Amino acid sequence: MKRFRMHMLICGGTGCQAAGSVEFKEALEAELKKQDASDEVAVVETGCNGFCAMGPVLVTYPEGIFYVGLTDKDVPELVEEHVLKGRPVERLFYKEPSAKELIPEMNDIPFFAHQELIALRNRGVLDAESIDEYIARDGYQALAQALTQMTPEEIVDEVKKSDLRGRGGGGFPTGLKWEFCQKAPGEQKFVLCNADEGDPGAFMDRSILEADPHSVVEGMTIAAKAIGSSVGYVYCRAEYPLAVYRLQLAIDQAKEYGLLGTNILDTGFDFDLHIYQGAGAFVCGEETALMRSIEGKRGMPRPRPPFPAQAGLWNKPTILNNVETWANIPQIISKGGDWYASIGTEDSKGTKVFALTGHIHNIGLVEVPMGTTIRSIIYDIGGGIPKKHRKFKAVQLGGPSGGCIPEEYLDTPCEYDAIVKAGAIMGSGGMIVMDDSTCMVDMARFFMDFVQDESCGKCTPCREGTRRMLQILEKICDGKGEVSDIETLEELSATIQEASLCGLGQTGPNPVLSTLRYFKEEYEAHVIDKKCPARTCVALLDFVVNEEACTKCGVCFRACPVDAISWKKKEPAFIHLDKCIQCKTCIDKCKFDAID
Amino acid sequence: MAKLKISDLAKIKDRVHQDTSLREGGAQVKITVHMGTCGIASGARTILNTVMDALGETERTDIIVTTSGCAGLCSHEPMLTLERLGEEPIKYAKLDEAKARQIFMRHALEGEVQTDWALAKGTE
Repeated sequence: MKRFRMHMLICGGTGCQAAGSVEFKEALEAELKKQDASDEVAVVETGCNGFCAMGPVLVTYPEGIFYVGLTDKDVPELVEEHVLKGRPVERLFYKEPSAKELIPEMNDIPFFAHQELIALRNRGVLDAESIDEYIARDGYQALAQALTQMTPEEIVDEVKKSDLRGRGGGGFPTGLKWEFCQKAPGEQKFVLCNADEGDPGAFMDRSILEADPHSVVEGMTIAAKAIGSSVGYVYCRAEYPLAVYRLQLAIDQAKEYGLLGTNILDTGFDFDLHIYQGAGAFVCGEETALMRSIEGKRGMPRPRPPFPAQAGLWNKPTILNNVETWANIPQIISKGGDWYASIGTEDSKGTKVFALTGHIHNIGLVEVPMGTTIRSIIYDIGGGIPKKHRKFKAVQLGGPSGGCIPEEYLDTPCEYDAIVKAGAIMGSGGMIVMDDSTCMVDMARFFMDFVQDESCGKCTPCREGTRRMLQILEKICDGKGEVSDIETLEELSATIQEASLCGLGQTGPNPVLSTLRYFKEEYEAHVIDKKCPARTCVALLDFVVNEEACTKCGVCFRACPVDAISWKKKEPAFIHLDKCIQCKTCIDKCKFDAID
Repeated sequence: MAKLKISDLAKIKDRVHQDTSLREGGAQVKITVHMGTCGIASGARTILNTVMDALGETERTDIIVTTSGCAGLCSHEPMLTLERLGEEPIKYAKLDEAKARQIFMRHALEGEVQTDWALAKGTE
């Protein structure tokens, strides 16, 4: 029998195959043949040995050397050195992680440690598509309690005691809203859920519906009992297919279990829930427009009063709350309003979910007790600004209806009134962090573009005013602004705020007003000096290297996609304007702001 | 399924605890792949398929694979949580197919925590 002097065991598991072990094996066999070593060396394919991320993996015997991360390019060296000359190739060895670092506890990680979960309590823990798992986490216990042990008045009292304020942005006391609707005369009443989350940069409602849809179903059913309603709708945008799918599944499962439909939990109470998919108009997040949309009409707001609690959907008394508000309800009922009110501050109780995004290290969903400072959310939880050479500039709260908060107001606590004082709004909880490469005029232009586009057109101040403001902002960003434009912006803002029909118009100028409040010098730089300090507005850039600031590192030279930059070691870079396509890649790459 | 009565809620709770709890259900390992939109967008389906394929290659019946929503840290997706009987759950972040496979082979089957990719242990 032929004896081999050496065995080479190649892992043939799926992971290593995907990483190229098949090609490696073929190359190895070919190379061995070429070197006339096929008879001496056995190449064996083995099952997965578990080091999949380092594949393809090879073990050689008798030495027992463990090679990782091989490619067919390594084959000649491996055969030449190891097989023929007996000198193992050290650079391909598996390196034991030097000192095994301790894995931190969840609560040692600042991102998780500073959070307190109520609305998100089931996130990542349960299978969102299984009603049984929700029940196992004490789901539907609050509903059972509300249906059997509480009168409608007691339910409303408990919610009032909790001091929960609407989490969709307005911050209206939820208990009060329910009380108005409870007292409103009418046979038929409706319970609605606003899942038309449309602010750029906000995704908390979607995430709740995806991770824990039953909490919303349960919260709405409890409210139905409180106001005496038998039908409810969840208005969710069709752009959230996974949320719609999981919510529908949750509704179907609840119906099958008799937790929705007729005679819920054998208590004689009836409530049915439907999903209404919206086409994604931002204005349909406004309550009266949302109701019109469910009625099958074009989504446009109407003047209030009458308020929905008296005359809402199909002119019947209606309560509308946002997804996050609903997700809080079951726990307020089971743990008590006093428990909820014990969290947070005097002005704002409980917790708030924020969608943290933008120039920030840990993008994600954050639920913190009210009163946590914005600084703590951005730095302790969010991990701060990712680019080391960039500094924090501002954070936009409340999306296009909100405002920006600069560095000096970062210690503002998350409370409805304190945030308004700082010039923004709590909103639904979108938190877009911006570093100093962001042009605030351009940011205001972006949001105005959004508002102008989403304006439904019903009232003139919003329809025409936002368009006019956008034109001015575009003009400023194009370098054609005049000093009087800033005044015109302020005037228009005041009129639009005052005269618009609904929240969209009334809050639409906010991004402009708050940037004017904190960053007026940036507007002035645009219109007077014709400069964009953040180097964002292309029309205001010269694309000339500032030789004093240039460190001669050549990063821009390597980054330029059209070879419009010439550079030699120890010499400043030079941009050839005839070739430059003004893509700003060099400006983004330059850490020293040396290109103007 | 018959309509529930209030007393049934507690029964379901007990049954689910038996099914999903590592202690009573006979399962040794529970793997939860986080499948919110953010997770799926960054490749959670591939991770789930990889784990299922790897599980299919073994004879083990005491490993539960399940899904869940976003774990909150969207920028670190795809993520999975692996809990072995009697040990603290470990959350792994920024996975790819190969890492998921190795985590399955080494941690789920052999019990070696793959420290390099572990984000945290314990629960929130």
